[in-house]
Amino acid sequence: MYLSTIGRPKTADGPPTAEGGRSDRQRRRRLALVSGNVVALGTVSLITDVSAEMVSAVLPLYLVLGLQLSPLAYGMIDGIYTGATAVLRIVGGYLADRVRARKLMAGIGYALSAVAKLGLLVAGRSMGAIGFVIAVDRMGKGIRTAPRDALITASSPPEALGRAFGVHRTMDAIGAFLGPLVALAVLAAAGQSYDAVFVASFCLATLAVVVLVLFVRDHPGSAPERALPVPVPDRALPVPRREPVSVREALTLLRARPVRRLTAAAGLLGLATIGDGFVYLLLQRREELSVVWFPLLAVGTSLGYLLLAAPLGMLADRFGRLPVMVGGYVALTVTYLLLFGPIGGWPLLGLALALYGLFYAATDGILMALAGPVLPERLRATGIALIQTGQALAYLVSSVLFGLAWQQWGPAVASRLAAACVAVAVVATGCLLATEPALSRRRVTS
Amino acid sequence: MNGLTSRGRVVVAAVSAVLLAAVAVGYIRFAADRDAADRDDADRAVRTSAHGEQLTLAPGPRLLAVTDRHLAVVAADDPSGERTVSDVECVRAYAAAGTGVCLRPDSQWAYRLVVLDARLAETRSFPIPGLPNRARVSASGRMVAWTTFVGGDSYNSGGFSTRTGILDTRAGTLVNSLEEFAVVRDGHPYRSVDANFWGVTFAGDDNLFYATMSTGGQRYLIQGDFAARTVRTLTGNVECPSLSPDGTRIAFKQAIGGDPTKGWRLSVLDLATMATRPLAETNSVDDQAAWLDDATVAYTLRQADGRPDIWSVPADGSGSPRLLVPEAESPATLAPVG
Repeated sequence: MYLSTIGRPKTADGPPTAEGGRSDRQRRRRLALVSGNVVALGTVSLITDVSAEMVSAVLPLYLVLGLQLSPLAYGMIDGIYTGATAVLRIVGGYLADRVRARKLMAGIGYALSAVAKLGLLVAGRSMGAIGFVIAVDRMGKGIRTAPRDALITASSPPEALGRAFGVHRTMDAIGAFLGPLVALAVLAAAGQSYDAVFVASFCLATLAVVVLVLFVRDHPGSAPERALPVPVPDRALPVPRREPVSVREALTLLRARPVRRLTAAAGLLGLATIGDGFVYLLLQRREELSVVWFPLLAVGTSLGYLLLAAPLGMLADRFGRLPVMVGGYVALTVTYLLLFGPIGGWPLLGLALALYGLFYAATDGILMALAGPVLPERLRATGIALIQTGQALAYLVSSVLFGLAWQQWGPAVASRLAAACVAVAVVATGCLLATEPALSRRRVTS
Repeated sequence: MNGLTSRGRVVVAAVSAVLLAAVAVGYIRFAADRDAADRDDADRAVRTSAHGEQLTLAPGPRLLAVTDRHLAVVAADDPSGERTVSDVECVRAYAAAGTGVCLRPDSQWAYRLVVLDARLAETRSFPIPGLPNRARVSASGRMVAWTTFVGGDSYNSGGFSTRTGILDTRAGTLVNSLEEFAVVRDGHPYRSVDANFWGVTFAGDDNLFYATMSTGGQRYLIQGDFAARTVRTLTGNVECPSLSPDGTRIAFKQAIGGDPTKGWRLSVLDLATMATRPLAETNSVDDQAAWLDDATVAYTLRQADGRPDIWSVPADGSGSPRLLVPEAESPATLAPVG
């Protein structure tokens, strides 16, 4: 248990966590999985995701039926909603490092998204206003992600990062899972009133900001810093310690070999991953699923994700993060092959969605856990943002390429090609990272 | 927040949670009351305007419309006058020759296509995916078409996806999605995942039809052959076509400057010469127009607050728009053809 190892005050001052009674410290050491700060951040993410997914679930209904916007207008808004975060992440990450206030940046990000929920209420039917409000919401998400992941890294000893990210992502996924259900309940209670969903979503998002302000600590202690197992070579980062982080200093990140390799690997794997929508669309066509069931495919995946994220994180801490991540991509390869494989019916759906959830659980948080120890503390949010943005941009490219391949050769060939690409990317990633001692050690020890 | 003890923080968090929950619950109750009041109003409107009169889709000098989400009928010679409102709930509707189509909410999330006979009895009904957008019936009453918007299965975020289906009510043939049909674009076979179809209108033979296909960022007028399961492109920048009763012209919405973000101009295309003519309506029209006769089209325009009105305008570009049925949408004439 790491509540004490990360320099937590002995007075049990802090958030209500999973910890047991404080009389039995020995027992508490065994029970507590992650630091209180990670649980606090997980709680913030959980509440925020309920709030965000509530709105995502009703937004198409609201725009098309509530406001009677045309298909095109809806398409444009949808584009803003999903596509506008990638580059902002770097800005958010860099600013968090520069002003040395990750909690503040994360808080601003969460607050922006909260305000945007109310903005939907006042935007009325104006396309411009709705687009602006949704852009603000996405901006909030872009700004907060990297500082938050940097806080998780700072709050956990290096050997337990997989577990920390696993627990955080599990809580996050629970929120995403609950969001549409809460929206449904609000709609049922309030008739067809979408504005009630927005107000409820705003209240939840505000509560998340309150939890963040009260319980998340920006400087959870110096233990992780001292225990950094693989200090980034000083020659790569001749860092003046007290001045604010400059753009030039941020660029030195790319000169550190492990960071460069990890970013390249993330991009490579992003390039081999096709969009979720493609996978669901192929499953739906293959099984002639009624469109009523269609949204359940994503629910099945997130269920697998939330069940597996924490166990896989622990597995990664024990047996090495690289093998678990590679395993995740193997699961992805099998998923793509299953899309046009010999199995059909419910076994196909169950297996494909389980493997797809496994893929997310074994890669999303683990990549961050892999990145944490090789990023210098001063530049951690920037570095995390760099890796996430590289992956997101590569992912955008791969979706376009997959669309072209589908058009050219049909879905069966395209999905097999995608499976082959993942396999090649996995081997390449293995070679790239396994030869990097900072990333490949089987067990991180302090 | 360093000044707070752990107990202090928990208290602040708990008080915040209670306050925020109170705001949320209070607003939900307010919205529920408002919704109930709206429903009462709508019910009263249904009762008071019906006058015990039976609404029928049988051919006659009347107009069909949707008002407050309910099927309604007005006299063709006094469209803004007294209206007969039925208790059949529809988001979109159309009717011809005694056959009606109604896109009806099934639950908060799902919609159902309902085929109605002249007495508003259901003859067929099945769930349709997504959110209702367009509905049409062929002049003979035999063919039924609809378009929905499907979120969620857009494989490429940023694009929207539509689903257009056609039902042959006599033979029972059901095509769930026009994406099953073979496409010929500019004379060449064409296949694309991003093809979207919307806004069907039928020719008099109950086999040929026209619709919009969008692919690769372009929107085309297509002519389809239901029996052969093919569609081919005719020209570009034509959306939501509507064939005139004499079958010679198509009313449609034309993206201004080819760019739909600038809005649409209601226009008419002559199929013999392929010449287009903008109509006198200068507001952006985002609707599939309906021909009232060979000289007039009707369409829905929305006020700033989203409330719809039905307008009409001469189909030859002359004259000026006229408010036809206030506070209504989905116009269709019930007048017999020919």
